[in-house]
Formats: sequence, C-alpha cells, structure tokens
Amino acid sequence: MDKVVGIKEAVKDIRDGDTLMIGGFMANGAPEKLIDALIEQGIKDITLISTDTGLVTTGSGKLISRKLVKKLYASHIGTNKETGRQMNEGETDVELVPQGTLAERIRAGGYGLGGFLTETGVGTLVEEGKQKITVDGVEYLLETPLTADYALIHAAKADRNGNLVYEGSTNNFSNVMASAAKVTIVEADEVVENGEINPNFVHTPGVFVNRVVDGGAVNG
Amino acid sequence: MDKHELQEFIAKRVAKELEDGSIVNLGIGLPTKVANYIPDDVEVLFQSENGFVGLGPSQTEETYDPNIVNAGGQPVTIKPGGAFFDSSVSFGIIRGGHVDLTVLGALQVDEKGNIANYMIPGKLVPGMGGAMDLLNGAKKVIVAMQHTAKGNHKILKECNLPLTAQGAVDTIITEMGVIKVTAEGLLLTEINPEFTVEEVQEATEAKLYVDKDLKKMKA
Repeated sequence: MDKVVGIKEAVKDIRDGDTLMIGGFMANGAPEKLIDALIEQGIKDITLISTDTGLVTTGSGKLISRKLVKKLYASHIGTNKETGRQMNEGETDVELVPQGTLAERIRAGGYGLGGFLTETGVGTLVEEGKQKITVDGVEYLLETPLTADYALIHAAKADRNGNLVYEGSTNNFSNVMASAAKVTIVEADEVVENGEINPNFVHTPGVFVNRVVDGGAVNG
Repeated sequence: MDKHELQEFIAKRVAKELEDGSIVNLGIGLPTKVANYIPDDVEVLFQSENGFVGLGPSQTEETYDPNIVNAGGQPVTIKPGGAFFDSSVSFGIIRGGHVDLTVLGALQVDEKGNIANYMIPGKLVPGMGGAMDLLNGAKKVIVAMQHTAKGNHKILKECNLPLTAQGAVDTIITEMGVIKVTAEGLLLTEINPEFTVEEVQEATEAKLYVDKDLKKMKA
C-alpha cells in the first residue's frame, strides 16, 4: 500500500474547527513543513493538542501566533509568550494537562481504553471536576482519552507502508499521537521503499499512519 | 556568597545524595547544575523526560546533532548505553517508580512535604510540564533551592500557592542546611556552619526540629 502523497494533497481535507494533534517537544521533532502547508491552505478555529506550543515561530506555536487555535490542550506554554497572552486575555481556551497525563490520555485514545487512573494531580487544581477512584487504598484521578481528527507528526524515515523511524529525541509525542487520530499524516525527512527499514527496528508501525509526505522533497 | 556561589554550593551538596547505579531526573535551573558535581565513584543514569535516559553534556561542534534536546529544549548529547523512547514510555518510567531520585526547585514547600512550583495565579502560568508526574512517581524527591526569596519565607507551615503535588517532598537542601520532611515535621539534620540554628529558624516559617545528631553541612 503506497501512502506517499504530495504535501498539499496531504492536508487538503483538514477543515476549520477540526481537532489536531501535533508532535514535537519545544519544536524538536515538529512537522514544520506540514504546519506551514496548513497555514498556507488556510484554517481556523482548530482544537490543538500539543505538549507545548514551541516558540512563537516554531512548531505548533506558529498556529498560535496566527490566532488559528480556539482550544488548546498542553502541558507547558512558558516558551511561547503569545500562548500565555491569548490565555490570559480569554482569546484561547487553554487546558493545562500534566505531561505524562497528556501522553497517556492520547495513548488511551489510540489504544481503545476508556481512560486511566493516575495519582498525578491528586490534591492539585488538576483534580477539579474529575472522578476520584480508590484502588487498594490509593486515591487516583480518572483521566479520560483524547482523540483527534488528524495527527501531524515528523519522522526521520518512512517507508511506503508508513512504518516510521525517529532520530534522537524527536519521537516524543509522535508515536502515541499516530495511534489516536482518524488520519495520521507524517512528514518524513526521507522516504524509502518497503523492505528498506528493518522490521525489527520500526518505532511506529505503519498501521497507525495514513499519509506520508516526503519532507526531503519539499522545498523550504 | 553571591547568587551564583549559593547555587553552586547547594548543587554540590545535592550531588552527594546521588547513589551509584541510580536513575535520576534533574529539573531546570539550579537542579541542572547538580550534574557538574557527581562524585568520581558514583555512576548515575540521567533521564530526560522528553524521551531518553543517558543524558550527557551539552553539545559541542564535534557532537552537534539537531535531533537531541533535553527537557529544557537545549541541545545535549546521549551517552553510550543510553536509550531513546516516546513520551508515554518516558512517563511510564516516571509514574511507575523507575526513577530513583528527582531534584526540583520550588516556589514554596511546607512542613507536610507539599510543594508549589508551577504557577503564581495571575502572574506566571507556564504550566506544570512533567513536574506533577515526577513528584508523584519518583522514589525520592529533593527540593534544591535558596532558603528564602528576597527575604520572604519559602519553607512554610502551609503552601498558599497552587500545589504541584501533596506530601511529595522528602528532603529540602538550601544554602543554610539540609531539612528532612518527617511525619512529625521538618527536621534540620545538617547546618551550614556560617549560620546558627536560630538564624535558620528565623528564615523558616515552619517550626524546625533539630536533629540530636546535627551535622555540619559540607558542599
């Protein structure tokens, strides 16, 4: 199955108001070219799920600074001043989620789980409005799954089936996000033929990937 | 001591808490400096919660690699024997109790081991990042910080800023001494000889109990 498509084709059906997961940790491993293509196409009122909002000019932060985000789920927004300003002035609805809880809510969404129990956040503002469940004498918060219409992620290498390999710390949220969206779009620095990635060393199986864009072939 | 010297002094003392063979996560700022003072006979594996263990020094021209950053977004290296993984594995390692020690800074700590270090309502709301998970998941939590902030108490009877975690702190290390959080309250176990017990108590809102075996704090 050949999942490789052109970059405009890859993002063309993303609509205003859609929910997007975007990979990257302070833009390390962010799909910069897919984000640019989305901005060029024009989009607004999106719900964004991204662990931080990069910087003003990098990663998912580029969508924030252009005021395209209506609702944001993130664990840390301190590196993008515009995100904090929009939150404080009520322009963007921001839900701050502990980083591990964010990753696990996404994983729950992608792996068919109805949620999960964690001690993280007990006794803090994070517990507000959440169900508490005691198991063997320990109190946990019930955290619910997150899913998206689209996940936009980056990989170092992809084959035509969408099997992915990451380099260094660029994986971060990408692997779980790939599982939790109806359509997962990958910007790969390099696209190779099936068989060229050793199946023993695939980081994200292609079953979670719908579209692959050859980022190396996209100019700037 | 100026601020820089204070921080180095605290970092050196914290480094003595590192145990051979342990997995350690250092927070941003002062805690990061602890890595500069690991004793020669101790080997630790540092975790970077964005997705690896084996965190090494900052990059140089020779070790440049745009694909590796630490949890502060800074370019770093990975040591031989390290491993990369995704965020869900990384926080599984944290929540699952596989991190032996985390060292974090704080805005406030109180006598019940509660800690506030992620927001000042209306002023500073950067988000908690991985701090809540680390505080709940790490086997041991050390708070490394200056004892007071511009003369204001930071070690309190009860935190009044939004908590990052409740009952999570084991040890507080400042330029004045080493304080253990116990069921009975805060126990001063080591004191910097530059200060008296009275001075340390004056700089602390919560009541300090003094260990009958009080030691001199050495960096």
